[in-house]
This record gives sequence, C-alpha cells and structure tokens, in this order.
Amino acid sequence: MRGTRIGWLGSAIGTALLAAAVSGPASAQDTIKIGALTNLEGPFAVPGLDGHRGVDLAVKLHNGMAGGKKIQILKYSSDATPDKAVAATRKAVEQDKVDIMIGPLSGDEGIAVKNYSKTHPEMVFVNGSSGAQATTLQDPSPNFYRFNTEGAQWMVGLGELALAKGYKKMWLVAEDYGFPYSQVQGFMASYCAKGGHVVKKAWVPLGTKDYSSIISGIPSDVDALLVVLGGADAVNFLNQAEQAGIDKPFIGGSITVDQTVLNYRGKKRESLLGTASAGPMADGIDTPAWKKFVADYKANFKDGFPSPSLFAYLYYINTQAVLLGLDAVNGDLSNKQEKLKAALAKLEFDGPAGHIKLDENRNAIGDTFITEVAKAPDGSFFNKVTHVVHDVSETLGLSKAEFQKMGLGNRDVPSCP
Amino acid sequence: MSAAQWRRAMNSGAGRNAWARPTGASAASPATVARAASAPPAGASVAFGEAIGAIKFRHVVVLLAVLIYPWVATPFFTYQIGGQALALGLIALSLTFLGGYGGMVSLAQMATAGVAGYMVAIFGIAGEAQGGASSLGWPWWIAVPIGIAFATLFATFVGWLSVRTEGIYTIMITLAIGVSFYYLVQQNYSIFGGHEGFNEVHAPIVLGVNFSHAIPYYYLALFWALAGYFFIKYLLRAPFGVALQGVRENARRMNALGFDVTAHRIAAYSIAGVLAGIGGVLMVWYNGRISPGTVGTGPMLDILIIAVLGGMRHPIGPFIGAILFVLVQNFAIDIIARERFNLVIGVVFLSIVLFSPDGLLGLWGYVRTRLQAGSVQLKLRGRNVG
Repeated sequence: MRGTRIGWLGSAIGTALLAAAVSGPASAQDTIKIGALTNLEGPFAVPGLDGHRGVDLAVKLHNGMAGGKKIQILKYSSDATPDKAVAATRKAVEQDKVDIMIGPLSGDEGIAVKNYSKTHPEMVFVNGSSGAQATTLQDPSPNFYRFNTEGAQWMVGLGELALAKGYKKMWLVAEDYGFPYSQVQGFMASYCAKGGHVVKKAWVPLGTKDYSSIISGIPSDVDALLVVLGGADAVNFLNQAEQAGIDKPFIGGSITVDQTVLNYRGKKRESLLGTASAGPMADGIDTPAWKKFVADYKANFKDGFPSPSLFAYLYYINTQAVLLGLDAVNGDLSNKQEKLKAALAKLEFDGPAGHIKLDENRNAIGDTFITEVAKAPDGSFFNKVTHVVHDVSETLGLSKAEFQKMGLGNRDVPSCP
Repeated sequence: MSAAQWRRAMNSGAGRNAWARPTGASAASPATVARAASAPPAGASVAFGEAIGAIKFRHVVVLLAVLIYPWVATPFFTYQIGGQALALGLIALSLTFLGGYGGMVSLAQMATAGVAGYMVAIFGIAGEAQGGASSLGWPWWIAVPIGIAFATLFATFVGWLSVRTEGIYTIMITLAIGVSFYYLVQQNYSIFGGHEGFNEVHAPIVLGVNFSHAIPYYYLALFWALAGYFFIKYLLRAPFGVALQGVRENARRMNALGFDVTAHRIAAYSIAGVLAGIGGVLMVWYNGRISPGTVGTGPMLDILIIAVLGGMRHPIGPFIGAILFVLVQNFAIDIIARERFNLVIGVVFLSIVLFSPDGLLGLWGYVRTRLQAGSVQLKLRGRNVG
C-alpha cells in the first residue's frame, strides 16, 4: 500500500481548490454584469461567433450603458450539447456571479437552460437564439424570457401561400430533431386546416449525405415539396434532386434557402428562383430600421458576414430587450430583480425587424417574413420579402385550447395525409 | 502487422513494457500470481490487513479535506467542480482498472455509463419530451439497480466481444461499440428519445434530503467514489486482481498455469461495468438530463484523457485527472481570449502527456524521486506506485 503516498498530491490539489473556492470576484455596484452564452466550439461555432457579435452590437449601440450603469459582458461557450450549455450557465451564475444571463444558441440547450433557470428564481434569464417550442410551452420557467419568436412561428403564413399557389398535395423532407418538428408544425397547422394534404413525411438524420432512396420515394402526384433542411444537408438534397430529375417546385424552411444555399453552383440554382420560405428576418427587408441595423453591423464587424446572420439578429434583439428593461427600471436589481422582471414582461419595442412583445409564457409575439428567392441586378440571389405576417403568437394563431389539442410538433403531429 | 503478430508483440517484451511497473514486490511476476491465487482466503485477509496497516497521516488529511471541502467551497465548486470530478473520476476509474491492470484500453466506458444513465431516465422519472419517448416513471430504487444491471450486462457483452483482441484492436472495437451506441440513441425515438433525449431526470429526494442540491450530491458522489476506489484497491490485492495483472503481464503463461484468461478478462469488464454504471447514474443526476451529446465521441475520449492525465498506475489517478480536467474545462475560458480557450485545454493536456507519460502520478513520482535522491532505497520504492 506504499502507493497511496501519492495521496499527498490529492491533498495539495484539494488545498488549491479550497483557496480558489473561497476567493470570488467582487462586483462593483455601478456595473451590471451580463453573461452571454453562445457556441464557440462544435457544429455551430461560426454562427455562435456571430451571436456574440449581435450581443456586442446591441451593447455598443446602447453606448455600453443601461439604466445609468455600465454594462459588462462576459462571454461563455458551449458546443451545442445541453450538458455544456448548463455547465457554462452554472459557472456564469454561481461562480462569476453575473446579474443577468443571455443564451443559449440551440433548441435543446434552451430547454436545459430554462430548466436550470428555475433553480435561480432570483435572477433574469433571457434566451439567445434557441427556438424550441417546449422551452416556453411545456412547463415554462417564470424567470426565463424569450424575445424572439421560435421555429413554428417562423413558418406561419407559408401554408396559406402554398395553397394560394395551388399546391394541394405536398411531400416533405426534414431533419429528425426538435427544430424541424417545430418548423413543419408551423407550416402544416394552417396548411392542413385549410384543406392541404401532406401525403408523406421523410425524416432524415442530421448530416445525411445520400438522399437517393428518399428522393425515389417522392410520389409522382404531389404538387410541391417542402424542404426543411439546413446548410450542407440542403445543398446535398437539392443537388441530388436535380440529378434525379425532380422538377417539382420547392418551399423552404427558415434556414433552408439561406446564403450558403443560394450561392451554390448547381444547374438547379436558376430553378430556385421564386422558391418561397419564411423566417423572423430576411436579408431583403426594406425598412429604415433594418437597413440601419445592417449598416451598423457592417461598420462594427469588418470580419463579420456580408450581412448579419439569423443568430446575430436573435442575440441582438434579446440583448436589446435586456438593456431596454434595465433602462426602464433605472438599473434597479434589488429584491430579486422583481422590478426588472415586471418591466421585461410588459416590454414592447421595435426591433430591427418589427414590433416585439411577450405573451403570458414570456415568449415573443412578433413578425414573420414570407420571402421569395429573387435575382439582384448584379446576378446574385437574395430572399425578397413578399409579405409580412404581423403579431404571430406561439399558438400559431389558434386558441390555446385548439393548440393544446394538437400538441407540440413532432414526427407525427400534425398529420393530414 | 497482422492480428497474430500484434498479439505476439503484446505478449512479448514490448507489451510488457507498455503496462508493467518496473520490478519488485508489485505482484507482477506469474510466480507470485500463482502463489497468491492458490490460497484465496489467506491472500484476501492479508490484503485487508495490509490495507488497514497502511493508513497513514496523509490519508487522513486527504479524507478530511474531501469531507470538509463542501463546507468551505462555494456551491459552484462543490457541485460543478467537486461533484462532477468525482462522477467522471469514477467512470475513468473503470477504465484505469481495465487499462492499467487488465491491459485492455476500452473506449466504451462512457457508453457503459450512458447505458446506466439512459436506463435510469427510461425506467425512472423524466420530463415530457417532444421526440415522443416517455419514461416508465418507476421509483429510483427500482430504476437505479436496473440501470446498473443493464450497464453491467452491456459491459460484459463489450468484454465478450473484445477480449479476443489486443492492443489497438481492442481500442478500435470498443470505439466502434461506443460510436454505435451514440448513433443508436441519436436515431431511436421510441425508446431513447432521439436527439433531444430526456430532460428533468433529477436525483431523488430521500428522507428529506434532496440529492440534486450541491452538498448532498457531493457527498453521494464522494461516497461512491470512495467505495469504488477502495473496492478496486482491495480487488487488486485479492486473488482475482493479482491473476488479472498476471494476465496483463503474460497471458500465455497464465494460460499455461491453468488460469482461464478469457474468463478473467470478461469478468474485469463486468466489474468495470458496475463502476461505470454507478458513475453513469451519478452523471445523469449531475446533468439532470441525458441526450446523445452526453455519450458522443467527445465525452468518450474525455474519459480516456482523464485516465491518462491522472496516470493509470494507481486507482487515485483517474480522480486526480478528473479534477484537473474539470478545472481546465471550466476555467480555460477565463485565461485566454474567449474564442481560443480550447487551445489552453489542448496545450495543458499535451504538455502533461508529453513531459510525463504516466500522467500527474508519474510527475509526482518524478518530483519525489528527485527530492529524495539521497536515499537509494526510497528512490526505488518511490517508483513502486501501487
């Protein structure tokens, strides 16, 4: 048993830990510390970085102050796994003692952080860019606020558009996880109610490369295809559908027809012209507020994207909401932030892409932009706004009872074959 | 190199040097093994007696330190550093036992822990999931034994599949099993809940003590970590452990001496499965949830990193490795530009492995040897960790 001599090392580390544990950083009274959690590693590292840009931009445009106090942003990272998101949030809240927490980035992370927020009812948690329905519809947390609309809300209005275009029967392909479930529900809720039929749904794992068997299963009598895929998955599907000679029109999800897809160089590219999709923002919004937002983004981030991404926008409006809330209460965080919580709950403001207010579950009611792929004079493709649906609620325009009857979107809900 | 050649190489000098302790009384030679194993009761009681006799001042200090720790540390340090390090350390201990003493490096230990975690979520109580999976809602005292039993079965199966391979082939086959498990839980919706997994899998409240709170959780994890640690310490002295180390040193000779090498190895996997299973239950309670990300390739390799960082020569190694790992993971982001913190993590781990192939334990051994260079005898004993 001589070996346990190395127990000394354990005690040395233990002592070091104790020393580190008892010394916490002191927070100055005239500074408000805000933790911002995005992804700086893993599959969403690049969008996550843009999320941080959104936070920085909001603080900068607010002159780094809110409610008469200096705003200090502490950055945190996760790798899109809920475990890491909660670990980073816990460090921010319990170790670094942030006053307010903003984040996280992806849907499942959002559910996990919402559950964690219940263990710290004394402070305010605001969403970053996560968009799972369950975050605010299932067992909501009283101190978790989401000033962005979520995946299902982003698709509202697209179902009516499909019917107006005469697409009575559709086939859909989507990735097999929470966000596409929500997107499909947002589309199908009104599409099914108004007489459309989704004859078959193909759920594919995230990161699928070979779609040949999926494509060969497309029925010949459908009018159009709903494609709710993102990034490389979308490009792969469109390429392979083109090779297989599919000539049906497409309707895209909120992240299907983004810049990465529009700039790919297949022959199918021309046929994407006119493809409809929907989302909480669009590159082609033609309002002064949006143009100012894009100009500010470009001026501040030379290394950023050509125009702010969805993630920059979502983090921006959530941060903006926090700063406006702090202004409204003059930075008063006393009494478990009760004043701030009340102020945020009734906060209404005009973001870069429309008016935003909260419902009773503290989820945003906001605008959804219906877009169509169009060609700019310089030959590049962009999403042109054709229609704006105002004040989209999380129950997708249905009454609460009707929505509860349908339930949250998943593989089988809704259904109208 | 063919499999047969590799096996020969592992059985000859190269393999022995890879895992062997230098020389001396470390119960490594087959002769000692045979003697110890031929008299089980005597061997066991001797081991126990030695264990009691070996309690020294420093052990008391460490024990007191870990017991007092949560009362001095902040809840964050108690839970996220202390609790997590103990749970991860326990899973890594199962790898240290297999790798350091059985000579079988298994990358499937996180998957084994994941099996236990998932079973606790499936049979126990979990929140509603959008993916459609639902748990049975049985009380924890049924769900937890089921979870550990499944983990043990799974580990036995992994062992049964992989014991006939050696060295890099064991690593490959266990990696394949681990990755398959990841894809199974990722793509199966009806049972494992797919991408979303299970939310709100909380530690139970027993006799008014809520084990999801920092201090109770810490003591729960500490109890099982200590139990695992002392169990492995005891086992290594018991005939089975000695025989296992004999198998590691030279499987052919052990075979010739009449030991069933395959059975010993599979049994080692099962035992490691129990440890990893307990660690898995602690892990799912620690996170309060489980999803494929918990058992992905990243966490799978983390367990190997923890075991190697700490050193595989002694059962305390994985716990020391886990403490360092958790500290670095949590605080690297404060040291350097936020976008580059993974660089710090990489550099720390790389430099430890580069400068001390035996991990922190090896580093400690080296420092001690240097300090006590005057005494030749101590110097020799100092290398004899274990």
